[in-house]
Amino acid sequence: MNKVGKSEARIDGYDKATGRTKYYEDRMPAGTLYVRIKHAEKAHAIVRSINAEAALQIPGVVKVLTCFDVPDIPFPTAGHPWSMDPGHQDVADRKLLNTHVRYWGDDIAVVIADNEVDAVQGVRALTVEYEELPFVLDVQKAMEDGAPLLHERFPNNILKHTQNRLGDYQSAIKEEGLLKVEGWYETPTVQHCHIENHGCYAYEENGRIVVVSSTQIPHIIRRVVGQALGRPWGDIRIIKPYIGGGFGNKQDALYEPLCAWCTTQVGGRCVRIDCSREETFVSNRVRHAIRFHIVTWLRKNGTIAARKVECFSNQGAYASHGHSIVAKAMGSFHQHYPCPNMECDSYTVFTNKPAAGAMRGYGMPQASFADESNIDDCAQTVGMDPLEFRRLNIMPDGYKDNFSGNVNYFDSFRACMKKGAEIIDYERKRKEYACDSGSVRRGIGLATFWYNTAVYPISLETSSNRMLLNLDGTVTMQCGETEIGQGADTVYAQMTAEALGLKSYKDVHVISCQDTDITPTGLGAYASRQTYVAGFSIQQTAGLLKEKILKYACEITQTAVSDMDIEEGCIVRKDDRQILMSLSELAMTAQYNPVHSEHITAESTFTIRNNAYSFGCTFAEVEVDIEMCKTKLIRIVNVHDCGRLINPALAEAQVHGGMSMAIGYGLSEQLIFDEKTGRPLNNNLLDYKLSTFMDHPNLEAYFIENPEPTSPFGTKALGEPPACSGAPAIRNAILNATGVAINKNPINPHILFAEFSRAGLISDPWKEEN
Amino acid sequence: MSQYKVVHCNINGKNVEKAVDVRASLTDMLRNEYHLTSVKKGCEVGECGACNVLIDGEAFNSCIYLAVWAEGKHIRTLEGLAEPDGRLSDIQQAFIEETAIQCGFCTPGFIMTAVEILEANKLYTDDELRKLLSGHLCRCTGYENIFRAVKKTMYNRLGKPIDF
Amino acid sequence: MYDIKALYEAESIEHAVSLRLEHPDAQIIAGGSDVLVQIREGRRAGKELISIYMLDEMRGVSLDDDENIRIGSLTSFSHITRDPIIQKYINVLGEAVDMVGSPQIRNIGTIGGNTCNGVTSADSASTLHAWEAIVELTGKNGVRRMPIKDFYIKAGTVDIRADEGEIQTAILIPKSSYENTYGHYIKYGMRNAMEIASLGCSVNVRLSDDKKTVDRCRIAYGVAGPVPMRAPSAEAVANGENVSETLIDEFALAVLNDINPRNSWRASRDFRLHIAVQMAKRCLLESIKKAGGVIQ
Repeated sequence: MNKVGKSEARIDGYDKATGRTKYYEDRMPAGTLYVRIKHAEKAHAIVRSINAEAALQIPGVVKVLTCFDVPDIPFPTAGHPWSMDPGHQDVADRKLLNTHVRYWGDDIAVVIADNEVDAVQGVRALTVEYEELPFVLDVQKAMEDGAPLLHERFPNNILKHTQNRLGDYQSAIKEEGLLKVEGWYETPTVQHCHIENHGCYAYEENGRIVVVSSTQIPHIIRRVVGQALGRPWGDIRIIKPYIGGGFGNKQDALYEPLCAWCTTQVGGRCVRIDCSREETFVSNRVRHAIRFHIVTWLRKNGTIAARKVECFSNQGAYASHGHSIVAKAMGSFHQHYPCPNMECDSYTVFTNKPAAGAMRGYGMPQASFADESNIDDCAQTVGMDPLEFRRLNIMPDGYKDNFSGNVNYFDSFRACMKKGAEIIDYERKRKEYACDSGSVRRGIGLATFWYNTAVYPISLETSSNRMLLNLDGTVTMQCGETEIGQGADTVYAQMTAEALGLKSYKDVHVISCQDTDITPTGLGAYASRQTYVAGFSIQQTAGLLKEKILKYACEITQTAVSDMDIEEGCIVRKDDRQILMSLSELAMTAQYNPVHSEHITAESTFTIRNNAYSFGCTFAEVEVDIEMCKTKLIRIVNVHDCGRLINPALAEAQVHGGMSMAIGYGLSEQLIFDEKTGRPLNNNLLDYKLSTFMDHPNLEAYFIENPEPTSPFGTKALGEPPACSGAPAIRNAILNATGVAINKNPINPHILFAEFSRAGLISDPWKEEN
Repeated sequence: MSQYKVVHCNINGKNVEKAVDVRASLTDMLRNEYHLTSVKKGCEVGECGACNVLIDGEAFNSCIYLAVWAEGKHIRTLEGLAEPDGRLSDIQQAFIEETAIQCGFCTPGFIMTAVEILEANKLYTDDELRKLLSGHLCRCTGYENIFRAVKKTMYNRLGKPIDF
Repeated sequence: MYDIKALYEAESIEHAVSLRLEHPDAQIIAGGSDVLVQIREGRRAGKELISIYMLDEMRGVSLDDDENIRIGSLTSFSHITRDPIIQKYINVLGEAVDMVGSPQIRNIGTIGGNTCNGVTSADSASTLHAWEAIVELTGKNGVRRMPIKDFYIKAGTVDIRADEGEIQTAILIPKSSYENTYGHYIKYGMRNAMEIASLGCSVNVRLSDDKKTVDRCRIAYGVAGPVPMRAPSAEAVANGENVSETLIDEFALAVLNDINPRNSWRASRDFRLHIAVQMAKRCLLESIKKAGGVIQ
């Protein structure tokens, strides 16, 4: 292998560095009409009427459409592969516009105008009459009898409850001498904050609807738009250009269905929906806030006798990805620290908050925060070093999960922790910081995670691919797994060049833009799956293309197919590496041969029935200014085993981004709501504290490269993993620095003030309660 | 009725003039009138930095700058940075080499701020550089490789060996 | 595209004054980093605007005949920070406005806008209060000057007389205020850039010749009340006293007699009170150090 494993420059680098890359808004046809959405200003209500008279007086307003006009078709929005089994299909619980308002920001009407200002004015001019309903924001309260009900089909607002039982928890906890470590751990609502907001435009063409959208999942969007509009799916064409990040928010049908419907209401004229940043925060998707209750029973030697885990996931107003997220979170515990007796329950609960969907990590950043906080508390309880405690209890070498079939082939956890500890000088610093006692103290901590690659066996896992041999010997390649910034196209080019024997990854032209009329069906970008799953279809399709090439070459060279190979862009004789002809010569001959002309192409689908464990850890070093209630992150190191790296530089960059997201999750990010009204309070980039350039130390990313046996290229998940273990590592470093165990993130100054006050580290004599 | 005003300015080295709706932001003018789509919209309130351009050598969020204020100004966008034959400037090249680009949406704004920093011809400390770059949000890179790209180019331009 | 009813571009200060008189309901726009954001939010949508942004005569920092510092109201934050006069005589103001928003915001944001919007969190405001700045307004009756503490009427409201066509044209720092005086500003935020202050504290001191006694100490806060405010009780504790650790502690605790922060979702009152005391301590300590004092 010499085309993979190299830090090649991104194939879209030049265009992005010159600003010529076209995102959806840059392709907008002139004269496109503006659609602006009227969002409900109630957390829970029924819309009784919408008066559009004043709006329709505005000169540029073309049309007003309300929740009373939309098709009576509830539809699901999750970017999951469709299931032929009705029991596995996503919940269809929203309409294009809703009369039953379920959160502050729900979509109730649109104004379509020929210019932006008139559309905005039109929305302001609408008067809405509501019948207000009581609302509920908290998961536990939403589950109580008599709580406001969001969806009639789901009593007590419980979308789903699942459990996981191992051994006999109740008997196991009776063992004599066990120590109990119990905690409630709370993770916040956060948002993806890709810098390009979601947006799309739609128009009719020859009776069909075309939607150009900033999405991660064009083929899935085609299905959802068809379902939402009640149109045959073949009527819908989705085009996905370059997008400015997604992180899971765009793994959902956002405004594509509404936009598609709007064009049908104005005679097929082109219409655009551009989410503002404020809308992106509230009316797209958020990450589930999950509350965990963990009880761990320890023996004095530090082994775990039994564990109980309860997970309560705040779904918000609509099902979106629903229970999948907390189910994944719950499923992580018994594999992370295997223990014979476990009792786990998970609940997904509707509340009157924005709908939660997929976000980088899909339940694992939440689970990791809770699990790794509890594990550090366990270590402290038995008086062990947290690293030592993990070495003792973490998933052992050779561990196999019977559900996914995943195997820990290489004892990766211990290897990652060893490397991280060495790099950050863990042992020495742990000792050194133990002596800190002033107002400013340092600490060091770690956290670990594991992650699945792709979604098998829960959902269909498939990848399709098309390759064309061009006349110059290069290859054009298309697949449905999308480039969303992570660098997928570049690694596809590298893998294709490798599989075909081309001279360079630059000889592969990856068609970045997916168009459901043209691109082979794929599922898109999610579940850290692209490199892994595309690897299978690239290997297979390249095999087919190669076979065709060699078969044709046989006609010309009279050399048996089995005696030839392709190396560095040439057909060679296997025995002596003699070059028989270049791919260009072969392609030209094949194309212009008056007797046997052939356009050499290959296309295939690979159904993947495998999964792979990805592993890693974070070490964090902090300086806490107790009096000022501030944490300064001094150093942060991530170590990952994501198999063999196809492009080490891109992999490192991917880890940086995830670490940054984890730092925000740990220290500053949280979407907050007014308890009295349910109104979001900080849905903008000033008040929502995304980390800035000045909030990070240098980000240090390292790898252990154990080749994944199930992957043709030895690779496995890396997209989401870097976002998983950073927050608990910071939490554990703060614990080490101050002795205060904080079970709620983000650990911002407000939390520190409350916790340090409670712990007696700070005391304000003037405060009344003192 | 809409109110228009002719705005004369110099964009990427060329003197231009156009009647502009007085309600337009500079972002609107650059994108819609001059098709300079490297100027991105990420928040439209001056918080993300995606629409950043240089006006008389200083970085501004064009989303909160009225187009009519461009009168008589020299404006530079990312489109004007490469050589006419397509050769990249050193900072663009550094963004590619250091893998400082992922989704690419924050890239134009970042590079233009980097241009202002580099044109000062000063050797900034790491902390100073971070502060100078702090008007841009990026969700893909964690800023790490952007920092490396700018720092490397700064050292190169000053002819100093770099020490990361 | 902003929802603006009409835009009037002022060509001189006199023109701005006459535009104000002609269009009494119009909103003044300087750099626009607040006004345009509010238009987009809908708060000031559909209004007439008078732009004074092009008035270069209102930019720049200078010393007048009496060596008072004069800062033109349209001077951007970044230009204030870089200005040699500011750096020499009142560097803390340059440091304070260097913490506003982001570099781009500091290029567009003006000190006039920062004070005329009347918000308590403005990074310039606590330092301007602590240094007893004078606000200069120009209207149809000529120039009017007043101490900055009188300029602020209540949250969001300042003493600019629209009916007299007034605009703020400069901010002055008297020589008596800055001479031999050294200060320090701390902005408390939830992150290190692009931040609105949860609390801002600016302290300055003039020490006796032997550096042992506090000759004059002034302290002002942002976000400790509805408008920026001084803490006179704390100042009284420090003035005329010997420099010592105890003095710093007593000074810091005394601010509790003066400030009155509120509970909001951005921060609790208790949190702000706690931080305010810490900030007072650290700001005074730094100011004394800058003034060449030694803590006994």
